[in-house]
Amino acid sequence: MMQQRRALALISGGLDSLLAARVVMEQGIHVEGVNFYTGFCVEGHTHAIRKKDRARPKRNNALWVAEQLGIKLHIIDVTEQYKDVVINPKHGYGANLNPCLDCKCFMVGKAVEWIGEHGFDFIITGEVVGQRPMSQRRDTMRIVVRESQVGERLLRPLCAKNLPPTLPELEGWVDREKLYGFSGRSRKPQMALAKQFGLMDYAQPAGGCCFLTDEAYSRKLADLWESRGAREYELDDIMLLKVGRHLRPRPHFKLIIGREEGENNFLQGYQRRFPLLRMISHPGPLTLIDGEVGAEDVELAACIAARFSAGRDAGQVEMQLIDRDGSEQMLQVFPMPVAEVRLEWYL
Amino acid sequence: MVSVREQLDARRLLCPLPVIRTQDRVNTMAAGELLEVICTDPGAASDIPAWCRINGHKVIEMREQSGELVILIEVGEKKR
Repeated sequence: MMQQRRALALISGGLDSLLAARVVMEQGIHVEGVNFYTGFCVEGHTHAIRKKDRARPKRNNALWVAEQLGIKLHIIDVTEQYKDVVINPKHGYGANLNPCLDCKCFMVGKAVEWIGEHGFDFIITGEVVGQRPMSQRRDTMRIVVRESQVGERLLRPLCAKNLPPTLPELEGWVDREKLYGFSGRSRKPQMALAKQFGLMDYAQPAGGCCFLTDEAYSRKLADLWESRGAREYELDDIMLLKVGRHLRPRPHFKLIIGREEGENNFLQGYQRRFPLLRMISHPGPLTLIDGEVGAEDVELAACIAARFSAGRDAGQVEMQLIDRDGSEQMLQVFPMPVAEVRLEWYL
Repeated sequence: MVSVREQLDARRLLCPLPVIRTQDRVNTMAAGELLEVICTDPGAASDIPAWCRINGHKVIEMREQSGELVILIEVGEKKR
């Protein structure tokens, strides 16, 4: 009896990786999935935080895909190692702070390590030649192979016929004739194949599944680096960039202002890490002050935060400052008139 | 009789971190042992059971307790 070959599929949660895995499973290969958690993944974070989104169905798309396929999924936390990809991308960034090519090299490289440790035979990705401007071009796909050191063990079933044969094809583990030759940005071939497999419900993450492709998010990350004078971050930093309004009224501090109850609750968890402002006299946001601040700065912060409260038109409002050491102080401030909250403060 | 019952504090972690922490802990446990996961991200209510289903583990109980989600998992057989 022929040995059943085993493949590891990179599962993002989108349609392409779902189809790629399915195509290979059709050929009798044992497939398991891997999903790398970078900290920037768009997977319901903001949905989970914001109360208004809580009624929306939440699912982790990668888990959902694995369940549809009936395969195991290994979710691997790469947040620490991924920092170097974001901070020092050898191949640069895309339109925003998205290091797509370095990211792909990194992920395939991690998959190479995984199959080595677990005795799997090859790796599958849902890449399609010409699909993405940075990481899925014929020339950059070669770079991924070279830098990840995957050799001939990377099979891209959706566009395999446009590429030289890989080890699984050369060894006859998979039949090249039953693979595909998709290319370009059109999604129609994938949608037709999905229909053929009877897959009607799948995620369509336009622009990707990563916050780094988002302009507003990237702007806030760039501000974080500039304000710290160093390109570095911790997981909490990048989580907080997804939450609240961010305003920098002075170079040495910024405010993170909750937009609703869910965000206020989330920000509350950062008490003791940041000085925190809470509205007392009126309903309003919870605000974190990120930076080293003096009394004047705190007053300015309180006036700005009060502008986003139900007391914005009141003459004076009462707020509480809770410092990192837990000490509390009551503040009476005048909410800043809307016209005085400068547009350039918004990040 | 089940004698091992571990607890995992996944409060304030956002998905998929509660799933990852659950996965990493379950990988150190034996079949039949119980793991109680406490989380605050409502996404965990769908993600942890989904992860259990695809990996052969069983959700014994899921309840809300003081605004937190408590999920009790029975570790299944780990097939290669």
